[in-house]
Amino acid sequence: MNYVPGTASLIDDIDKKHLVLLRDGRTLIGYLRSIDQFANLVFHQTVERIHVGKKFGDIPRGIFIVRGENVVLLGEIDVDKPCDTVLQQVSIEEILEEQRQQQQTKQETEKVKMQVLKDRGLSIPKADNMDEY
Amino acid sequence: CSYTLTLACRCAPQLFYSFFKSLVGKDVVVELKNDLRLVFYGLASTAYLNIKLTDISVTDPEKYPHMLSVKNCFIRGSVVRYVQLPADEVDTQLLQDAARKEAMQQKQ
Repeated sequence: MNYVPGTASLIDDIDKKHLVLLRDGRTLIGYLRSIDQFANLVFHQTVERIHVGKKFGDIPRGIFIVRGENVVLLGEIDVDKPCDTVLQQVSIEEILEEQRQQQQTKQETEKVKMQVLKDRGLSIPKADNMDEY
Repeated sequence: CSYTLTLACRCAPQLFYSFFKSLVGKDVVVELKNDLRLVFYGLASTAYLNIKLTDISVTDPEKYPHMLSVKNCFIRGSVVRYVQLPADEVDTQLLQDAARKEAMQQKQ
């Protein structure tokens, strides 16, 4: 697969620090140890990073096996590039609290939106329920 | 024209795999189903239409702060909504003919 020029392969990304975005919105950062044809991934020294506004918090998670269908994006983290200049790291409790508040306001606006649409006889299906090709 | 292309894509993913291979090294914008949009250089693709991008930049960096330190990325084909192509890089006539041919072959 990786010997044909022009094809994409994850072989060269092994043992490097990566960031993976999951379909449920979570961000995991860790060392990529193993891959397969479905983009199933094995992560080592994984950290779950939660972003709220300009703050972020890291929760250590250990070893993760991610099923390929849940992967949105996998990006190699450039250790040389300064990334923490605009972002401020906070404690786990604080970031969880911030996230909870963010979810709450989001749910409230969503509820109002749904009600308005319902009054007009419209409904928008959630994108994640669509079947995969 | 667009109907033939969609039909061909479902019946013959090989066509688009070859099409994407012709775009290796070009600038494209990839829009994902979760609304994240990326601008990048250097496209490569696999048989599952996964996309590998080098030298990426996000069109809305404030909304996606975690992409700040990421230069290269791999995108699973199933989460791509659109791939916006540079108009002058695509020979639409050739693509249309190829798609029509594939669709005809599938019908038989």
